[in-house]
Amino acid sequence: MSDREEEVRLMKGNEAIAHAIIRYGADGYFGYPITPQSEVLETLEEQMPWDTTGMVVLQAESELAAINMVYGGASTGKAVCTSSSSPGISLKQEGISYIAAGELPALIINVMRGGPGLGTIQPSQGDYFQTVKGGGHGDYRLIVLAPATVQEMADFVGLGFDLAFKYRTPAMILADGVVGQMMEKVQLPVQRPRRTDAQIAEQCPWAITGRAESRGHRNVETTLEMEPNKMELNNHRFQETYRRIQENEVRYEEYYTEDADYLMVAFGSVARICLKGIELLREKGIKVGLIRPITLWPFPEKIIREVGQKTKGVLTVELNAGQMVEDVRLAVECKVPVAHFGRMGGIVPNPNEIVDAFYKEFPEAK
Amino acid sequence: MTKEEIKKNGTVVAAKPRLITDNQMHYCPGCSHGVVHSIVAEVLDEMGLADNAIGVAPVGCAVFAYNYIDVDWIEAAHGRAPAVATAAKRLNPDRMVFTYQGDGDLSAIGTAETIHAANRGENIAIIFINNGIYGMTGGQMAPTTLEGMKTATCPYGRRVDLNGYPLKIGDLLAQLDGTCYVTRQSVHTTAATRKTKKAIRQAFENAMAGRGTSVVEVVSTCNSGWKMSPVKANEWMEEHMMAKYPLGDIKNTVK
Amino acid sequence: MTNEIIIAGFGGQGVLSMGKILAYAGLMDDQEVTWMPAYGPEQRGGTANVTVIISDKAISSPVLDVYDVVVALNQQSIDKFESKVKPGGILMYDSYGTHRHPDRKDIRILPIDAMEATIETGNSKTYNMIVLGALLAARPMVPVESVLKGLKKTLPERHHHLIPLNEQALRKGMSLVKEA
Repeated sequence: MSDREEEVRLMKGNEAIAHAIIRYGADGYFGYPITPQSEVLETLEEQMPWDTTGMVVLQAESELAAINMVYGGASTGKAVCTSSSSPGISLKQEGISYIAAGELPALIINVMRGGPGLGTIQPSQGDYFQTVKGGGHGDYRLIVLAPATVQEMADFVGLGFDLAFKYRTPAMILADGVVGQMMEKVQLPVQRPRRTDAQIAEQCPWAITGRAESRGHRNVETTLEMEPNKMELNNHRFQETYRRIQENEVRYEEYYTEDADYLMVAFGSVARICLKGIELLREKGIKVGLIRPITLWPFPEKIIREVGQKTKGVLTVELNAGQMVEDVRLAVECKVPVAHFGRMGGIVPNPNEIVDAFYKEFPEAK
Repeated sequence: MTKEEIKKNGTVVAAKPRLITDNQMHYCPGCSHGVVHSIVAEVLDEMGLADNAIGVAPVGCAVFAYNYIDVDWIEAAHGRAPAVATAAKRLNPDRMVFTYQGDGDLSAIGTAETIHAANRGENIAIIFINNGIYGMTGGQMAPTTLEGMKTATCPYGRRVDLNGYPLKIGDLLAQLDGTCYVTRQSVHTTAATRKTKKAIRQAFENAMAGRGTSVVEVVSTCNSGWKMSPVKANEWMEEHMMAKYPLGDIKNTVK
Repeated sequence: MTNEIIIAGFGGQGVLSMGKILAYAGLMDDQEVTWMPAYGPEQRGGTANVTVIISDKAISSPVLDVYDVVVALNQQSIDKFESKVKPGGILMYDSYGTHRHPDRKDIRILPIDAMEATIETGNSKTYNMIVLGALLAARPMVPVESVLKGLKKTLPERHHHLIPLNEQALRKGMSLVKEA
């Protein structure tokens, strides 16, 4: 991960993402305004990185166009990204499937809002299934990073790009409206230079750089394959990549798990609200721990199994009707009860609500 | 006679362009695509762009264009070629970036991407094959299908009360401030082919000179989809297609 | 020491920017801070509120339901948040236009005449700085110097000449609160 600057700043998560994109040395950002993440595009336009790093910033005519610009830019080996919020991310799914099938590195940011449909503009985690289980067509996976702080919003830009290039697959930062809109302290990554064309040609020999003759052969970026046998082989190759990611890139954080009689599992901003709830419970002598998955895919199932199976019960808290809870149940192999507490439609629960939900599910803990 | 014998005789009047690959083309005999491919390959070579070009292929009959013209290619999703080309060009401004699209791709599913890329004046060239039908999927109605023309999805002929009017998207694109050159050509005769080549060269020169978006519409035949012999298809095109889509420059701010 | 604060009022009263200045002051004072707005259409004329947490420890939840200090700048906010003050906490409100005054006995209730004080200054834009001054007098969680440093940091250079005006407003606000 990139080094951080000395200076401590105060900014919104969305603004931190924009600054981090520039500082990563990204080549391009293509976006379309949608609440609650428009500050990403606004901050980029305000910063005018085309004058400093030479980065391209473009407001596209639609999310569809934006994601296909990402597909085009990524095809040329450039570090490119886009951001949107839930309804816009739905529109991007076609392009995301193509980017995955094209084995292209790209970063996509989703600052989730309440759904389904046009929904609300307030925070939600309703896109867990869409992001982690598929979204677009075909068998593909995204590397999914769930930031809980503004610092992580900044840090995961670099991490997401690095992982995307390492595995040649798209990565998504799955944030929610809380962490997008809140301000807190952040140290931005130090400015990295953009890669030169020569570096891109060396690092990405597959890239469509237009230099067919110098290279000695032309490069073609296509996701079309007429022969099923070959397409199955492609799929096997994708799956092999996903297996390596599952082996190497699981990330999570544990809090109070050593002596936990109960476990909560939550991601993003909700994990922080749970932590406050757990502190309230611990004041009453009830030992509850927390696991916060940082990568939602690959999912930290091993640690959840190890810790969860030793507890009397697990509670997942999500801003949805119960999505990640399915993966938690699979992880603990149904050896202990796994309950879900969720708020929807843009409502964010407060710490006391989480305490109440915990007592309701596990009354014997009192 | 073998190829070598023909060459020895000194009777070659036309050869396969250097940048056309040896891959067997999937286009039907009589289709206009092959000719336009050859023109694009020749122009790229003559302009010294073989080591400086990115083509963006569509979904449609030209989906495999990347198999035939020996430069770097990106295969876009259906209709999205202008968006893909926008990013490829903006991130690689010294490269020649062009799209090669059909009427379904460019004027139906990709209308928004086409219009907005052109309206931004992206420095790309758009080669637009207008044959009034969806060829690849088996001859369905396109926005450009003529009134009364029969296709698989308007088997009794296109009715404007049901399906609207044939879309003259070239004229529409010419209205945009971002386009510097919009022309409508054809490849049904040697003379027409020469003009088309000149137009594509002009479009590529515009793109490299940063003059904005150029669109070369090529009114084309789809004799399979139209269910005609190649010769009949050319005649039918002259009589019907060109009546609706007349040839010539629609807009040229360069000359 | 942790201070969990919510500032609530009408959009346009400078609620969000007051929270921002407070958060910046916390930053200047080397404390941990979070600033979490209730965002959305409320910003555009309806009610607005922002939760600010200033702490010497890492902050977990940026979203709360009980607060050490509630600053309520209209009747709706008094009605909504009176019950959300922690026992022993502070409810500060502007008595201007208030028809139902809070009446809890287990908290410190601080009516202030911020609107009147603002009218006296002749500059309506100083309102939120007057309220902030009153808040800091009631709960000195950050020194005034940090607020001024924060202001300097957030205001564009061309507005730096307004800092003395803001300082005056801040001090005027502080004088509105009599020591309990």
